[in-house]
Amino acid sequence: MRKFYKESVLLLLAIPILLWTLLPIYHIFLFSISSKDSAFSGALWPDKPTLRNFGTIVREEHFYLHHFWVQIWNSLWIAVAVGVLTLAIATCAAFAISRLKVKGGRTVMNLALFTYFIPAAFLAIPMYKAMGAYGLLNSRWSLVLAMVTLAAPYAIWVLKQASDKLPYELDEAARIDGATPLQLFRLVYLPLMTPSLVAIGTYALLLAWNEYLYAYLLLSHERTITLAVALGHFIAADDSPWELLMATGLVYALPPAAIYYAFRRYMVGGLTAGAVKA
Amino acid sequence: MSSIALPHAPPAPPARRLSSWQTWGAILIAPYVLVFLAFVLYPVSYGLWLARDPASYTRLFADPIFVRTVVNTIIFLMVAVNLKFLLALWLSGFFVHERIWIRWLSVVFLLPWAVPSIPTIFSIRFMFNPEWGVINSVIFKLTAHDGPNWLNDPHIGLGLAMLTHIWKSLPFWTLILIAGRLAIPREQYEAASVDGASAWQKFRYVTWPSLRTLYLTSTILSMIWTLGDFNSVYLLTGGGPADLTHVLATLGIRYIRLDQVDLAMATIVCAMPLVLPLMWFMMKNLSRGDRQ
Repeated sequence: MRKFYKESVLLLLAIPILLWTLLPIYHIFLFSISSKDSAFSGALWPDKPTLRNFGTIVREEHFYLHHFWVQIWNSLWIAVAVGVLTLAIATCAAFAISRLKVKGGRTVMNLALFTYFIPAAFLAIPMYKAMGAYGLLNSRWSLVLAMVTLAAPYAIWVLKQASDKLPYELDEAARIDGATPLQLFRLVYLPLMTPSLVAIGTYALLLAWNEYLYAYLLLSHERTITLAVALGHFIAADDSPWELLMATGLVYALPPAAIYYAFRRYMVGGLTAGAVKA
Repeated sequence: MSSIALPHAPPAPPARRLSSWQTWGAILIAPYVLVFLAFVLYPVSYGLWLARDPASYTRLFADPIFVRTVVNTIIFLMVAVNLKFLLALWLSGFFVHERIWIRWLSVVFLLPWAVPSIPTIFSIRFMFNPEWGVINSVIFKLTAHDGPNWLNDPHIGLGLAMLTHIWKSLPFWTLILIAGRLAIPREQYEAASVDGASAWQKFRYVTWPSLRTLYLTSTILSMIWTLGDFNSVYLLTGGGPADLTHVLATLGIRYIRLDQVDLAMATIVCAMPLVLPLMWFMMKNLSRGDRQ
């Protein structure tokens, strides 16, 4: 009886948790399969579900969607560039700090951590001015470099933690065999670090794809902006087409959600372990 | 192998070899150092230089929005972050039950964290639209009265921005606390059961002592991130109505868009008494954990 009571309490708790989590997401889905007339009916399921909104998007048949393909390409290009660059920079730095014990490595690690703890919206303002001074505003590279700056500190931190756990005897053996630092890096370090590298690459890629604020500040031309900024433009007018906005939002949200769930095993293990090390 | 105590530091290689390893170390760390110099140190110094004029602070304090923004930010930090952590603490206790359906629920529960902010925050914004939103439609159907004006009311607007923030980041922190709970040895709970401890006593004397440090560190880190949370306010209320729901993050960006860079930087400098103690706490904490 006691066990039955406990199970029903657990099940009763699950309902509000499920509703709370899914309501805004289901609302997106509902709008994106509704036609303009039935979108506001307040029904739980549209009378005639339609995929027409997605057709409008892929054919770029609305004022807000004229550059949809260019913008999604920009998002993809920037996300991949940020993933690759962050991975390269952070892996090299973590290797130098953790394995080669480079002089000043500890200071660099602390500077990186310091950067990680600057609230993102606060760094955005001086970053915007600096990008202007470098003449990079409105270039994809401004966003790529800004996102690498934001992603690298955490990446270095996590990779250094993972790298510190590798046994030192490996380095010893490699040195005795006469390996150069680069051979140690390529033949010993990279293969052993693969799971963490996958997690960090995915982290940087998703961070860049999802970013709104920096993209909104650094890019403004309709052919250079990312899809995130383009979605923000929808809201500028009061009569914006909600059903198209929600359908575009769904298209924008699906890839990161899919990637996230595909790599969940790496992400949850690799990232949460480093996130808060108390 | 594990029974032999190995010296922690590698024995010093010959001097010539050492310098080659140090050279490679310097080369490999250089890209990040360059990124730091060009995109953190230079911008921050330049920004602080722009904020050197005392007149910009006089103008900032004269702006009636500013005081309101500071109050909003403090409310946001105190209420939203603490509420989020109480919820996360409670939910982590729910999710550690070993049931197959709870595992599935935890996968679904991660969705708000896994999907980008813009579509979901706009979705919440539409739900609360006073004329066409689904919430007021339901209220009208049930009571035949118009619902509240939601986002056009500054108090409700700020409250909903806090709820949006909680909705978005609750899964992440719940996950962290679940990891913390799973690290507590099971025997401690079994011993407590043998002694006839109640559920509350188990929490008070077994769970909480182990979880306390993690809970505190996470709360501080979350406060830092919440200070930088631009999306939850900007995408939901846009700082409105009448600029009454701004927080420091959105106010700084608002000044930038109005081309008042000195005011934007002054806003950030004014936030420093809030940010620096939190950053100092985290730095101290992490470098201590690093040395262990």
